[in-house]
Parts: sequence; structure tokens; C-alpha cells
Amino acid sequence: MERAEIESKLKELLVDELGLDGDKIKSDARFEEDLEVDSLGVVELLMALEDNFGVQIPDEEAESIGTVGEAVDLVVAKLGG
Amino acid sequence: MLEGKRLLITGILTDGSIAWHTARVAQEEGAEVVLTGFGRAISLTKRSAKRLPTAADVLELDINDPVHMDALVQELGSRWGGLDGALHAIAFAPEDALGGRFLETPAESASIAFLTSAFSYKTLAVGLRPLFKEAGGGALVGLDFDNSLAWPVYDWMGVSKSALESVNRYLARYLGGENIRSNLVAAGPLSTVAAKSIPGFEQLDGLWEIRAPLGWDSSNPEPVAKMACVLLSDFALSTSGEIVHVDGGFHAVAAGITEGL
Ligand SMILES: NC(=O)c1ccc[n+]([C@@H]2O[C@H](COP(=O)([O-])OP(=O)(O)OC[C@H]3O[C@@H](n4cnc5c(N)ncnc54)[C@H](O)[C@@H]3O)[C@@H](O)[C@H]2O)c1
Repeated sequence: MERAEIESKLKELLVDELGLDGDKIKSDARFEEDLEVDSLGVVELLMALEDNFGVQIPDEEAESIGTVGEAVDLVVAKLGG
Repeated sequence: MLEGKRLLITGILTDGSIAWHTARVAQEEGAEVVLTGFGRAISLTKRSAKRLPTAADVLELDINDPVHMDALVQELGSRWGGLDGALHAIAFAPEDALGGRFLETPAESASIAFLTSAFSYKTLAVGLRPLFKEAGGGALVGLDFDNSLAWPVYDWMGVSKSALESVNRYLARYLGGENIRSNLVAAGPLSTVAAKSIPGFEQLDGLWEIRAPLGWDSSNPEPVAKMACVLLSDFALSTSGEIVHVDGGFHAVAAGITEGL
């Protein structure tokens, strides 16, 4: 999967499955501060990434995700892109 | 071990929840399970439900909301007629009731911890009672963290667990005549969502590493889940009011096995 494709699939998932405001989803948007995702929301985000991209994200790696862009980076790295 | 059993499993958030592993083992042992989810996190529960060996239905239950309880009992009644067992895996304490501020915790916060973490076991038992009656009896299992002695950081959650241990004995007493059993599994520390929200919980984890004779893996809820399934099964027909420790043997020893401790 190309990075651009991952990016748009991620955005879709954030809007449709996590109910986030699509207009606010930019690469440097921070989940907790800018998108108002709380700690349970972060847990759900990780599960949604796993379900939608077929990857596994252990806790240590999850900590590297602060922004939308970092989530894309992680999935890209996982899928060997 | 659980062939033909109809079980209600509360308390699943993620596939790391103790309750998720209990539902998984129960399904593997032949049980049919229905799950409950709480509040906004019900979408997480639904996600986790799809990761079970057989995807399970999720019904809404805030244990403190009688309207949910009535709807749940109706739904289970029309689905199954009766119920054979239930897992209580529900606990909550406000932030100021945990983490080392024991002496400052206001009464309201301590009460909330008690209501959701201890009294709720009674609420679940009484709610499900008519369904157990239809089944000729039933098994209740709750999840405990042994609070016979005072811990660091566990604070009013710990006090609530002591209360839960007592609620367990009273349920055994009051429901035994209806062939309903009540037991607890006292687990060692497991790094679930609930545990990670307790500031300083790692301290407990470290203690287990040093002291548990059998060793302890805080990332693996399966041993606890298996014991919960035993207590839900017909292998524990004369056991009630009991607390079974699944903690690597920690509770039985006073000092670490490692040199110098
Ligand atoms: N993790 C540990 O180290 C440990 C050790 C011993 C006992 N326990 C106990 O195991 C049980 C399950 O916890 P866990 O560690 O799997 O964490 P968890 O976060 O996965 O589960 C806690 C559950 O409580 C539910 N809950 C909270 N308030 C509720 C309410 N009002 N109504 C209905 N449900 C509500 C949450 O939705 C969640 O599913 C708890 O009773 C906990 O105290 C945990």
C-alpha cells in the first residue's frame, strides 16, 4: 500500500469509526491535544489501526504515536513501505 | 468443561482485559457467551468481541443503572430462558481515590469506588437471580486483588476490594439456598487498561517478580481466566464464598525468593 493510500484510509477510519472531525485531521494534528481523543480513545484508535491494516501494535510502539502523521509512519513501517 | 453453559461476561474493554481472556477460554471450553459493555467504551467492547474465537453479542450495562439491568435480563431471558453463570469484572475508582493520596480522598470518591467495585457484585447477582432460578442454579465469579494487607497506591480501590471479598461471602450465604454459588479469583497484577490507569501500579508488578514462588507474567491474563472458568464450571459445584488466588503463590510467602530479600 502506498503512503498516500494509507493516509486516506486512516483519515476515513478516524472519521467513520472514531467520530473525529474530518476538517481537523492534518498530518501534524495531535490526537490528545488537537483532536480531543482521551486515553480510551487512544486505545480504540490502536485497535482500529490493527483491525483495518492487519498489523499488530505492541504497547511500546504505541507510545510513539502522538500525531496523525506518526500514526501513518508507524503503519507504513509495519507494512514494510 | 463448559459445554452447554450460557454465560454472561461483563468488563471487557480490550483483548487484554481479564474478562476477554475468560470469554475466550470459556468459548474454547464449549460455552456460549454474551458480553456487556459500558458507556462510550462500548464501541471498544464490540471491537474486542469480534476478536473472540466466535464473535459475541454485546449488550449495554452500566452496572449502576437499573434500566440497563432490566433490559439485559429481558434480553437474556428471551434469548436463553435461563443463565448458568456470570463473570463480574467491573471496577472503578476516581483519580483522587488512588495513587497515594489516601488521607486526602473525599468521601464521595471513596463511595463511588465502593459502589462500582463492590456493591455492584450484589447488584449483578440480584439482577441475574431470576435467570439463575430458571436454570436451577448458577455460578457467579468476581475478580479480586487480595487486600488483606495495605498496598502502596491501591488506596480506596483496595478498601473496595476488601468490601468485595465480604460481599462475596454474603452472596454465598444468601443465595446458596437457590443453588447459586459465589466466588472470587484473587489475581496478581496484570497490565490491563484499568491497571495502567493507576499511577504507580508498576511498583506492584516489581514486587511480584521478586516474591512470587512460581514467577509471574503481568502480560498474561490466561491463568486467571482459566481459574475463573473452573469456578464457572461444574468442577466447582460445592465451592462458594471462596477466594482462589491466582498470583504465582505470592500471597503464601512473606519474603522474596531472590537473594537478599
Ligand atoms: N489488572 C489487575 O492487575 C487486576 C488484578 C486483580 C483484580 N483485577 C480486577 O479485574 C477486573 C477487571 O479489570 P481488568 O484489569 O481486566 O481491567 P479492564 O479495564 O479491562 O476492566 C475494567 C472494566 O470495568 C468496567 N466498568 C467500569 N465501570 C463500570 C460500570 N459502571 N458499569 C459496568 N462496567 C464498568 C469497564 O468498562 C471495564 O471493562 C476488575 O474488577 C479489577 O479490579 C485486576
